[in-house]
Order: sequence, then structure tokens, then C-alpha cells
Amino acid sequence: MSPYEAILLTIITASTPLLLAAIGELVVERSGVLNLGIEGMMVMGAVCGFAAAHVTGSAWLGVIAATFAGIATSLLFGLLTQTLMTNQVATGLAITLLGLGLSGLIGSGFVGLPGVKLANVSIPWLSDLPYVGRLVFGQDPLVYISIALTVGVAYVLNHTRVGLIIRAVGQNHASAHALGYRVIAVRYACIAFGGATSGLAGAYLSLVYTPQWIENMTAGRGWIALALVVFSTWLPARLAAGAYLFGGVWILGLYAQGMGVGIPSQLLSSLPYVATILALVIISTNRRLSLINTPASLGQGFVPDR
Amino acid sequence: MLHKSNNDAQSTLLQVKNISKKFGDFYANDTLNLSIETGKVHALLGENGAGKSTLVKMMYGALQPTSGSIHWQGQHVSIDSPAHARNLGIGMVFQHFSLFEALTVAENISLALPAQLRQGDLSQRIADLSQDYGLPLNPAALVADLSVGERQRIEIVRCLLQQPKLLIMDEPTAVLTPQEAQALFSTLRRLVEEGCAVLYISHRLEEVKQICHDATILRHGKLVAEVDPQVETAATLAQLMVGASVHQVSRDANDQVGDVLLELSHLYKGSSTPFGVDLVDVNLQVKSGEILAIAGVAGNGQGELFSVISGEECNPNQNFISLLGQISDGLNINQRRCLGAAFVPEERMGHSAVEHLSLTDNILLSRHACIDTESSLDLGWLGIDRNQLAHLNKVIGIDYDVRKSKEDAIAGSLSGGNLQKFVVGRELNRQPKVLVINQPTWGVDAGAAALIRQAVVDLSRQGSAILIISQDLDEIFELADTIAVMSRGQLSPTYAAGDLSREQIGLMMAGSHERSAQGSGA
Repeated sequence: MSPYEAILLTIITASTPLLLAAIGELVVERSGVLNLGIEGMMVMGAVCGFAAAHVTGSAWLGVIAATFAGIATSLLFGLLTQTLMTNQVATGLAITLLGLGLSGLIGSGFVGLPGVKLANVSIPWLSDLPYVGRLVFGQDPLVYISIALTVGVAYVLNHTRVGLIIRAVGQNHASAHALGYRVIAVRYACIAFGGATSGLAGAYLSLVYTPQWIENMTAGRGWIALALVVFSTWLPARLAAGAYLFGGVWILGLYAQGMGVGIPSQLLSSLPYVATILALVIISTNRRLSLINTPASLGQGFVPDR
Repeated sequence: MLHKSNNDAQSTLLQVKNISKKFGDFYANDTLNLSIETGKVHALLGENGAGKSTLVKMMYGALQPTSGSIHWQGQHVSIDSPAHARNLGIGMVFQHFSLFEALTVAENISLALPAQLRQGDLSQRIADLSQDYGLPLNPAALVADLSVGERQRIEIVRCLLQQPKLLIMDEPTAVLTPQEAQALFSTLRRLVEEGCAVLYISHRLEEVKQICHDATILRHGKLVAEVDPQVETAATLAQLMVGASVHQVSRDANDQVGDVLLELSHLYKGSSTPFGVDLVDVNLQVKSGEILAIAGVAGNGQGELFSVISGEECNPNQNFISLLGQISDGLNINQRRCLGAAFVPEERMGHSAVEHLSLTDNILLSRHACIDTESSLDLGWLGIDRNQLAHLNKVIGIDYDVRKSKEDAIAGSLSGGNLQKFVVGRELNRQPKVLVINQPTWGVDAGAAALIRQAVVDLSRQGSAILIISQDLDEIFELADTIAVMSRGQLSPTYAAGDLSREQIGLMMAGSHERSAQGSGA
């Protein structure tokens, strides 16, 4: 394997959890809900995925467990914000803190134990092609799932009635309610989807990236995913590009440091946020951009009037 | 009621029998009866809070009656949701459109249609139908880019696609220019000829006389009369609505016109919000003893103009605005108040007044900065003189007939009309030399509106300069000495009120005075 191939492979590995977590949050935010609990949902996915895989010996069961752990954590967020009408920002932060703490508790018996790695896809002949074989045909399954999810979300949001309803609910929940759409139900479904992809992102960390359980192993990736959604101006294609850009910058920075180029690591880790702030500035100066994609009722709770 | 259903039971489309709706202990509707016939425009009249909206919401399935029944084509029905109402053939155009700004016209309509009507090329059908009825619409246009009149067309086209038997329209002309209103009337006439029934909610009596065949009048949730609007005069209809004859604003000729107290010259201001309007070369003068009214359809820059004149947005280093002879662009709202100006914004709740604060606290909010000699309000530097505020609150309450549950009530507990009287009273009590007031009587009942208008006229006749921003042409003709019209951020020249007809104002509302419009139209 050439060094370039190795760099590209690590970039994809670094980017996939960001993409997985962010594509779910994009749908959540398009429906008008701001879930700041990605980090918590991810880390719950990571620990439950690792535990299930370790106990059963099956990485796939781990992936499924992680998905359901993410959904369960997100539904707690949904219950609090959609049914009990708590503040979304505060609740999201609480979910993050809860997830980090609870995962530490669940995972205390799994620290240092060997994990199960999700096997890479191997297609005879294709995966052995020079240069592109490993890169295109030999990734782990979650990479393909993340790309399929991105394409699927883009299609559903823009070309299907379900997507139209999600966008309508996120734009103006009062009008959507007046037309007879079940705002709270739509939001619950989107929140659960966001939980599922965050759980998958967590599984990626504990079953692919580093197949073991380390406390707080999400290491702020949930926040980067959150920043990515804003950076992408809520567009799936731009989101994918942003995920690979953020992942790429991160990995290239590591390589650069390895080769002795003096870039402070703090500067690198702040880069996604700097990019997001720049994106926000650009969005707010462009009326149409902010108009078309920004969910107008983002973060506002919806209380039906009767 | 009886003779009607005997004569033509065939044509009775919807009948409401002894319907009541209770909210807590309060009857919003009290044993109402109403029957709507096919091929007729039926007017539902009443002041704000008379129970029109409640009644209509029950017909449209958005509310359930406490008692009584609804009969549709002779059959007893309980309409449990708007979707059910639409299935029966009842369409409704709301006063506040339930549209999604960031979606296209076709997407908006698609969201509101039942599944069987979404099949095929919806965009093409929208384009065809809107052409057919003289309501031109581009299905691919983004709603945010459309005018209020065009947005209303979306709602109407959406209803028409469902081929309704009954179309309910809630104050449809409130947001239209007179010309747009006429176009709407011809669409309605055509619908009625095709056998549709229309329930037309309005408080504009001239319109009701123009297009309605029957009229039902509500007051305080009760039915007070069923009349033939063709026989009645606007005055008798108004009397039935209000329950007493409405006070006529008396206005002397303004022979005391003096110096220019408020002047804008060549004011330009880019909008500070994404959906705002840029102000382009606005010029106006208001003299002492004069009332200038700015007419225009909402959302054409009136809000932006208000915030620039009031100092909610100040622009240091400019010299567009002169208040009482002093360049004021850089002054904030309190500094402008101290010069002797007062401002009443459009939104009562949340802009003029804080909902959760008491009336005395609300007085303090707009009057804390300036020591008023006129009203001897001296708040001092340390501590707040509560007694003085309470006294002032009492005076305002008496002078402006503010009805409240207790002397120092919470602002949010007042009804809209009473809160508006309080807010206007709070500012007028200072005897400001310049008053800028945006939509002085929007959504206020006739009695309160008359009181507010009289107070404004009296202030001007005592030598103040008054700028009124209003969408209500009746109000403008009742109050204004001079009139200018705003459209798309441009202000027309000022005309004497007697020199303008409603039609001319309507044309200017649609932009006939705009410089850029003339340029691009050529």
C-alpha cells in the first residue's frame, strides 16, 4: 500500500463517524429540533456496541445494539423536549453529560478487554485492484452505510412527501399543525433517526476505529458533527463534503506533526469550529441561503393550542 | 330562520343549530343559528371578540362545539377535524395564512391537499386553475418572494383545487389593495355563479354591501340580527355590530398649521433583517397641528420606517431625520423622547408593552428616561416613586377609559383594545410635540378605535405633529390632513387628503409612484 493510499484510508476512517452522526442530526434539525446530545448518544452507542460485541462475539450484533442504544438515548431526549416541553438546549447538554457518565458506568467492566473488529468488505478481484481496490471496494460496511444514508437522506428530503413534511414541520410547526400534520410525531421519528445514526457513529469508534472501550472515547466528535450540520447549511451533499474535509484536515495535521511540521494540535482541533463560524457568517450575509435551508423553527418547542 | 328553511330547503347547504362554545366560564358562542345557502355569499359580521372566528373554526373542524349541532346538506355531521371538513367540501382561507415561506407554491399546496388530489402534474393544474380564475401564480416560485396578495391567491387556489361547496374567507381583504380586493370579488362572484357558497367574514361594511346576499351579525357571542345587507346601510350595520351608535370622530379644519416638527429628507436605509424592506429616498414633512397618514399594504417598509424614525435603529453620521429642528439620526429612542417625541409601535404585546409586567411598570419603561414637566413625572436618579406611577396609571386609566380587572393589572390581562388605549394613553399623556403611531387601531373594537382616533386628532389640534402609519383607508380618511403612500420601501409625494380618492391610493399602494418600477416597466 502506498503512503497516499494509507492517508486516504485513515481520512475515510476519521470522517465516517462524523458523517454518520451529522447526517442524523441534519434530519433532526430539518424537523426543527436542536439536539445537542449527539456526543452522549454516540458514547452510549460506543459502549453498548462494544459490550454486545464482546459478550456475543459478533460485531454485527454490536452494531445493532449500538443503534438501539442511540435510539433509546434520543427517545429520552424526545420525551423530555417534545412531551414534557423542556428546553432543548439544556436537555441536549444534559443528555451529553448523562451519556458520558452512564457509558463510563456501563463500560467500567470492559476497560482493557479485547474487542471485536467489524470485518472489512472483501469482494474477490475488485478489492484487490491496485490503488482503488482497498479504497473503493475494501472498506468496512459502515462506510458504505454512511454514504448510502447520506444519499438516502438527500433523496428523501428533496424528492419525497415524507421529506416535504419534515421540512414543513421544521419551517413552521404551527402551520403544519393547522394543516393536520402531527408535528410531535414527526419530530419524535426524526429524533429517533438521529439517535440511530449517532449510535452507529459510536459503534464505528468502538468496533472499527479502535476496537476497544475507552472512557470518553468519542472525544468531542459529537460536537464536531453538530458544527458540521451548520457548516453544511443543512444540505446533505455539503455535509458529506464537510465531513471528509474535517476528517482530512485532522489526519493531514497528524501526519504533518509526525513529519515534524510545527502545527500546534490545539489549532487543528479548533479548525472545525473556526470553519463553522465562518460558514455561519457567510450564511447570515446571504439572505436566500439562510432562507431556504435554515429550519425556521429550529429549537422551538411546539405546544398544540388544545 | 324558519321561513327560510321552508322556502328553499333544497338549497340549504350548511345549517348550524343552537351551537354553543364555552371556554371555561365564558361563552364564546351562545346558542347560535345560521344557515348558508348554495349560490350565495353569506356575510358574518361582528367586532373583534364577537365570536366569529370561534363559530367558523367549529364549522371547519378546528374546534368542537360544547353543544348544538351542524347539518351539512341536511345530514347531521360532527366535523372532528379540518381534514374531515375538507372531505365534506368545506374550504377555508385563513386571515393569517398557514404558508411555509421557504417552500415553493406547489409544495405549499401539495402539503395541504389530500392524497387523491396530489396525483399527476400538480404544478400544471395549479397554473391552469389560477389562470382560469384570474389569480395568476407561478407554481415554482418561493413563497418568501411573493406579496401578501399573491400569498392569499395560493390559499384560494389551494381551496379551489378541492372543488369546495362552501368556501369560508376570514377577512380576506384586510391585506389587499382596493384593486386586488375588486379582483377577489369577481372571483367570488364567479364561484357563486358556479354554485359554490361563500361565508364571508369581515368588518368592512361597504364590501359586505357590495358582494354579500345575506348577513348574520354577532355580538358578544350571541346572534343579534339576520339582515339583508342590500337593504341596510353601513351605519345601521355598524350599529347592530356595536350595539350602540358609534362615536363619530370630530375634526376641526387644521388652520393652525405651524412649523415643520418632523422631517425626513432623502432617507435611505438598507434593511437589517433578512426579509426586511430597504427604504429608498423617503421624504416627508409633518408640521405642527397636522396629521400625515402613510397608507400602504403591510410589509412594504412601514415597520422599517417606524424603527428608523423612532430611533430603535439609529444611524450616527447620517442626517436624514430632523425632529423639532434637530438632526436626530444618531439619537437613541430615549434621547428622541426627551426632545418631545413619542412613539407607539404596531405590536401592542411585546413591543409597546411587556406582557408580564404591571401597567405601572410598563409606564416606567417608556417614560423613565425623561423628566416630563407636562405631566410632572420626576423619577429621579435613585429609587422609583411608585406613588407617582400609580397616580399616572390612574389618570391614564380614566382619561382613556382603560378597563382592567384591578387598578395596577398585569398588561397581559387586558384585552387588545384596552391595552391599545393604555399604550396610546401612556404616550399621549406626555403631550408629545411629535407623535409617530403605527397601526393605531389595528384589531381594536369600534368603540376603542373611536376614542383613540379622537385623542390623536385632539393632540394635533393642540399643535403637535402626528405621523400615522395605517393600512385602514377608512381610518386614514377619518384622521389625515395629508396622505402619502408607501410601497416597496418607497414613499409617494404627500397629497392633501381631499385631493386623493381611494382608487388613486390603491394604485399607489400597488406601486404606481415607484421610480424604479416606472424605469423597469418602460
